[in-house]
Amino acid sequence: MLRFALSRIVMAIPTLLIVAVSVFVLIRLIPGDPAQLLLGDLATPASIADLRARLGLDKTWFEQFAIWFGHVLQGDLGMSITSGQSVAGLVFERFLVSAQIVLAAVLLASLVAVPAGMIAAWKQNRWPDLVLVGTATLLVSIPTFWLGLLLLLFLGLELHWLPVVGYVSIADDWKAGLLYLAMPILTLFLHEIGVLIRMARASALEVLRLDYVTHARAKGLSERTVLMNHVFRNAFGPTWTLIGLVLGNLLGGIAVVETVFTIPGLGRLLVDAIFARDYPVIQGCLLFVAAVYVLVNLVIDLFYPLFDPRVAAE
Amino acid sequence: MNTLLSVSGLSLTVGPGGREIVRDVSFEVGAGEMVGIVGESGSGKTQAARAVLGLTPPPLVRSSGSIMFEGVDLATADAATLRKLRGARIGMVFQEPMTSLNPSMPIGRQLDEGLALHRRDLTPGARKDRIIDMLARVGIADPQAALVAWPHEFSGGMRQRMMLASVMLLEPALLIADEPTTALDAVVQRDVLELMVALTRDHNTAVLMISHDLPMVARYTERMIVMQQGEVVEAGPTVDMLARPQHPYTRKLLASMPKRGLARAASSEAPLVSVKQLAIDYPGRQRLFSRTASKRALHGIDLIVHPREVVAVVGGSGSGKTTLGRTIAGLLKPSEGEILFRGRSIQKSNAGWRDYRLNCQMVFQDPYSSLDPRMSIGQLVGEGLRQIPDLSDADKRKRVDEVLEEVGLGSAYAPRYPHELSGGQRQRVAIARAIVRRPSFVIADEPVSALDVTVRAQVLALFAELQARHGFSCLFISHDLGVVEQVADRVVVMQQGRIVEEGLRDTIFDAPREAYTRQLLSAIPTLEPAGEGGVQLKWRFENGFA
Amino acid sequence: MNTPAMNTPTPASAATRKRRRLAPNALLGMLIVGLVVLAALIGTFWTPFDPLKINFAMRLKGPGGPYLLGTDEFGRDELSRLMLGASSSVWISLLTVSFSVIVGTAIGVLTGFVRGWTDRIIMAFNNALLAFPGLLLALGLLAVVGANKYGIILALGLAYTPSVTRIVRGTVLSLREKEFIESSRVLGNSELYTMFRHVLPNCVAPLTVLATSMFGWVILAESALSFLGLGVPPPAPTWGNMLASARPFMAQATYLSIFPGLCIALTLLGINLLGDAVRDRLDPRMRGAR
Repeated sequence: MLRFALSRIVMAIPTLLIVAVSVFVLIRLIPGDPAQLLLGDLATPASIADLRARLGLDKTWFEQFAIWFGHVLQGDLGMSITSGQSVAGLVFERFLVSAQIVLAAVLLASLVAVPAGMIAAWKQNRWPDLVLVGTATLLVSIPTFWLGLLLLLFLGLELHWLPVVGYVSIADDWKAGLLYLAMPILTLFLHEIGVLIRMARASALEVLRLDYVTHARAKGLSERTVLMNHVFRNAFGPTWTLIGLVLGNLLGGIAVVETVFTIPGLGRLLVDAIFARDYPVIQGCLLFVAAVYVLVNLVIDLFYPLFDPRVAAE
Repeated sequence: MNTLLSVSGLSLTVGPGGREIVRDVSFEVGAGEMVGIVGESGSGKTQAARAVLGLTPPPLVRSSGSIMFEGVDLATADAATLRKLRGARIGMVFQEPMTSLNPSMPIGRQLDEGLALHRRDLTPGARKDRIIDMLARVGIADPQAALVAWPHEFSGGMRQRMMLASVMLLEPALLIADEPTTALDAVVQRDVLELMVALTRDHNTAVLMISHDLPMVARYTERMIVMQQGEVVEAGPTVDMLARPQHPYTRKLLASMPKRGLARAASSEAPLVSVKQLAIDYPGRQRLFSRTASKRALHGIDLIVHPREVVAVVGGSGSGKTTLGRTIAGLLKPSEGEILFRGRSIQKSNAGWRDYRLNCQMVFQDPYSSLDPRMSIGQLVGEGLRQIPDLSDADKRKRVDEVLEEVGLGSAYAPRYPHELSGGQRQRVAIARAIVRRPSFVIADEPVSALDVTVRAQVLALFAELQARHGFSCLFISHDLGVVEQVADRVVVMQQGRIVEEGLRDTIFDAPREAYTRQLLSAIPTLEPAGEGGVQLKWRFENGFA
Repeated sequence: MNTPAMNTPTPASAATRKRRRLAPNALLGMLIVGLVVLAALIGTFWTPFDPLKINFAMRLKGPGGPYLLGTDEFGRDELSRLMLGASSSVWISLLTVSFSVIVGTAIGVLTGFVRGWTDRIIMAFNNALLAFPGLLLALGLLAVVGANKYGIILALGLAYTPSVTRIVRGTVLSLREKEFIESSRVLGNSELYTMFRHVLPNCVAPLTVLATSMFGWVILAESALSFLGLGVPPPAPTWGNMLASARPFMAQATYLSIFPGLCIALTLLGINLLGDAVRDRLDPRMRGAR
């Protein structure tokens, strides 16, 4: 088990390295002088020369990368062109906002979708299954930004239950904060339920066909016991992996939900930065999100043996 | 003898009013009796057995019949009654040891489940003691450690033993064994079966054994039931059925059991294929910071195949016979040693290799994965003719049709696709593909192991006929000595990558020298004619192998 | 191992081959997708009104009358714009999926077949690219290539190629172990021939399943990007940017926020239903046992 954990952790390192290289190369691919780009409108010949020296732009790409990566490892992601703030600080601050929404939505969705998927598999082709699968397929087909708009229209403008725009940090005022977060979380929650139910159902169906489930029944165990002790754990593995993927995808795709509800999150930061050509921020966001995604999947992988001990064996 | 289980008029259909999988089946099992149900694929034997416990898969429904057990009709009993009986009074052992134990639950807990449910009079401590005793009884070396171990840490044979332990802990009155040893190695099979017999005798548990393996069922059961296409065609005491089979299908099954073929004179010609000191190493697995040691799969193998000869290579799993076959076929590169074809080394000489490639062909084991599903039969068989330069397209088609006729299929099959054919038909196609170039040497890797017994007999007969007509040599790899007895001229016995014994077929079968050979031989019966058109099965080395 | 042949009743001839009926959801899926493609085809060449013509006199008229689905804030016909948007979505997704499939398959087959160090390096890069959540990579690439029709195709195509590579490579790896590949070698065929004649055609099934899903992902991604303002630039209509420009008028012209989103949702529904049916049809066949 220890060897398994170590090998997974070590395998993540080259991935992170290549991610860093990719981001570095991506930004360098943008036509124009990097120092000019990074300084934007604030550029003066003196500051450009200064930045060029600092970044070592006359050195080889390897050396430039080393210098840049060195800064990154110390937590220095540069300065935002538009706001002058530290990119690292900005990214982290916004990340916390987005993370609240994503984590809450995925957690709630898992709690609902996993049992629902298993029930659907158990009652395959009978009405609970058909209803659940139909609902899931519908939910998966509705784009999150449209769903958000609809919720906004209905719950916000029509019924006035929830505030329509803005954001209040939970740290400041948790009641108001929750109200503002409710709709974005609800939007993502509904979408992810669709995704997770389908996977939970599919893997439960696979497990239900296996001999050890019939064997459990042959021992005289009740259906409920069979489902909980034998089916659930073994069927959960693929869904668990999917949850990791979903978390990552939401970190990327949350930009649209943040736009609809005007939430100052990480996605919005990236999009605004793209419009403003704020390359340090673009760089920082890409690097940060990709790194978080790799780490999240690493954690997911490390817990996988809980559901399938065979994985840790070799 | 009291009747424990009485099934009468049982019919199962796919959905109400659908196709009948089991039709009007009736049989009985007496207390403490061992009864076997024999049949090939599609006979419905598995579903009939599962129906006893109400464990048929969802699309199947019972359309008629009753299943009387200890005064209760299981067919109409409610779920709660069934659950009380399952495990406690009727136990079931499944076929696949790989998938019949929950991979994410420790062994101890799985064994404890049934016990905890049905024996509430026992304390957890008492249960644990019983489990440890039973694990020791079935031959698990360290029962305490096994309690917290995972299923995947054990081999197939060990898992079947644990499955038996799990079921017998509850001391049921009836044990249903569904192909309990089919997925196991030949040598292990016997041990597990003997264990099952011993355990059930200890507790006076009746056994309903389901299998396609007629000799095995005949060996252990007192009564036998033969099923075909969902119906019972014959039933009765085993010995009588073997001696005086009534139904044509029973006779066919008996006739399909492999018999010793004619002995042919040993060849004195120069060898066609010569293998000298062949060795294969499997490279170690690449781990993170180290590499596990490489494993030697074959140790210094010497082998000779004469023209027109059939040399059989036998052994259990891990013996290296498949590796040997694939190396000789050119799929694996030997780490040491050399292979000579018609006197020329195939590794060192280009001409030698080309000659070999054109003249050596292979038939694989699995009829379902050895044919490209996207190619038609005609294309599959004709592919081999690509390498022959001077054949026109018309000639190629003619040859393909010719060969298809020879294997008993006919040219009408050329445009069809593999998924339209049965297992036996696919194997015929595989054979056709191998002989289309009229090779002088064919390697057959378990060519009939995946086939039903009656189909197997047909394919073996075909093989023998083709071999006689075209005169190719054959390296016949098999774990099944019965099949080998029928086709081989010479036999080579392998164990753990080494040749243990070799010689003429009759010598090996009648006067084996090595203990391992005797062990392998003890698993197959000799057939002696008895009664009216029947046979009597005799077993070798009943009292040990020394 | 002596497992007997599969316990299925054996099909003896083509005459007994079961005719598989189309499931209702497959039919529905095909119907919806068919409608969308039809609208797209027609929209490429003809729409009821000129989708780009500004007409302030007619702005923000509700559905009904000559403007079947109403007009937007510039007086442009909503239905025409939706049809043109369909055309845009279909073309973009077609080109993007083709790009990803071709590039991904080429790399996947090569690396799966060749293995060794080439395989390890390529897969390391592939996994790193997969470490960027989908939309994020596209966003990053857009920052480089610029947000326009071809930029989107390139960015999305590159963003989805690693998924294709991974699946194709996986298929190739599992096919390599199959006996029909070994038998091709025994017949004396070269590795190259084996790859093209045996491996590649058997990748078609999983690729089809993947490609069907990918159409859905791409349409969703493209409309999300358009919604954010990073997609096809106005005045060209895409469903995404139509939703974005409808936002200021949510209260007064609610229908403008409904129709484009409805189009996207219906299209995705159709693709999902079709994708499920395709997967059911093709997957069991891949396993070979029947």
